[in-house]
Amino acid sequence: MDRNLFSSSIGKKVIVAVSGAFLMSFLIVHLAINLTLIIDDTGLLFNSAAHFMATNPIIKIVEPILALGFAIHILYTIILTLQNMRSRPVRYARQDLSGASSWASRNMFILGGLVLTFLVMHLFHFFIKMKYTGDPLLDVKVMIDGELVKNGYLLVSSFFKDFLVYSIIYIVGAIFLGLHLVHGFWSAFQSLGLCNKIWLSRLQTVAVVFAAIMALGFSIIPIYFIIFF
Amino acid sequence: MATDNILKNLILKVWRQASPKDKGKFVTYTIQNVSTGSSFFEMLDLLNDDLIRKGDEPVAFDHDCREGICGTCSLFINGKPHGPDNLITTCQLHMRKFKEGETITIEPWRSAAFPVMKDLIVDRNAFEKIIQAGGFVSVNTGGIPDANAIPIAHDAAEESMDAAQCIGCGACVAACKNASAMLFVAAKVSHLALLPQGKTEATRRAKAMVAKMDELGFGNCTNTGACEAECPKGISIANIARLNREFLVAKFQD
Ligand code: HEM
Ligand code: FES
Repeated sequence: MDRNLFSSSIGKKVIVAVSGAFLMSFLIVHLAINLTLIIDDTGLLFNSAAHFMATNPIIKIVEPILALGFAIHILYTIILTLQNMRSRPVRYARQDLSGASSWASRNMFILGGLVLTFLVMHLFHFFIKMKYTGDPLLDVKVMIDGELVKNGYLLVSSFFKDFLVYSIIYIVGAIFLGLHLVHGFWSAFQSLGLCNKIWLSRLQTVAVVFAAIMALGFSIIPIYFIIFF
Repeated sequence: MATDNILKNLILKVWRQASPKDKGKFVTYTIQNVSTGSSFFEMLDLLNDDLIRKGDEPVAFDHDCREGICGTCSLFINGKPHGPDNLITTCQLHMRKFKEGETITIEPWRSAAFPVMKDLIVDRNAFEKIIQAGGFVSVNTGGIPDANAIPIAHDAAEESMDAAQCIGCGACVAACKNASAMLFVAAKVSHLALLPQGKTEATRRAKAMVAKMDELGFGNCTNTGACEAECPKGISIANIARLNREFLVAKFQD
């Protein structure tokens, strides 16, 4: 393999596409686990899943890789975006791209930045508490497989029940993520060359479905707790 | 048949720049009594006629065939390359697309790789350099082969010809928010890679042309698709996927 690959424009796009695809596969697992929050009101299902994720050795290996995936995705999109800003030193006085390209495709960096802002906040809400700092709600321990484990369900469900503002922020965050993916999903295939005239429209349709599942799936959780509790 | 109307008054906001080093600025002109049946260039010809009579410098703009086949004309009109109509070049644009009293903004293509030479004329030699890097089939001497000696599947020929429609006007670069030349390079790589004559050099070609494209300061593609939407020949971004594929295969072989 040619080592210059990743300094070329297409090579850098491949890095963005592969890291983006990896992050999307993470999102699928993340959503599947989170949906147990609304499937089982006793919290047993979610706590078992969370306990499994916290103790499974494979997940322990995947966690830093995931962080690296985010870092690489963000680093390379920043490099690409900065280069792209230099490619048109004199701007147009009047430019109309509304009919030629989708809004999401033109605002991937802004959408990504909003997703990142949300992500950092989100880590402080749950991940950091569960893993490092702890929280009184987590100490209301529950029994799973004969073992007393942290009550993540209580932490998450109380969070959405008690803070309407955060629930709304989570819904908006999910929408931003959906918009990022409505373009990102099929764009990743295109960047990797896994597309042709027939699959272009098919992948764009699948992208809409995938993005909708992600946006609706993640926002249905706060909506559920607002409505039913 | 629709009859032509007369646009009594039009306001033109035109980019004027004396030389590549000049800063350049917009100058506003008014023009009277333009037939909707006339072409955009005929309207500019009227403007220049006016300017010359007044002893002013006429507006410089590129044009040659004036029938949409040479790719010489450009112009970013009211926010779009080749103006408001689809699947046409500026030389095919008619004044019936404009309204009475409208302000028409006319700018040159904007890209670091296409420096402005004068007024609305940009230097598109960067495209030439990309072609020189590999957009050809090497032919050594020998007799002329029979046209039907090499079998070519009909759909491959069609797809190749679709890509070969590219006239190298640069509207893709002008339209792209990243000023990327990917659609141009993809069209040039595709129309050759799809045919047996071009296939032999496909990997070297993709590498050389992409390297040249990157070197010349075009932006990176983010798959927004504006290039296809604004391409006067409607060249599909599926060609960009093919270019990515050709390029990656070539790089992984090294
Ligand atoms: C869960 C989080 C994320 C997922 C699943 C994701 C996924 C994707 C995917 C699949 C693509 C398409 C890749 C391509 O066009 O080849 C993409 C592009 C992009 N992402 Fe993300 N992304 C995420 C977070 C972020 C973040 C935090 C940023 C912050 C800067 C970001 C910025 C971008 C940009 C700017 C692009 C367009 C780059 C280009 O087309 O050249 N993304 N993303
Ligand atoms: S002048 Fe030849 S394409 Fe417009």
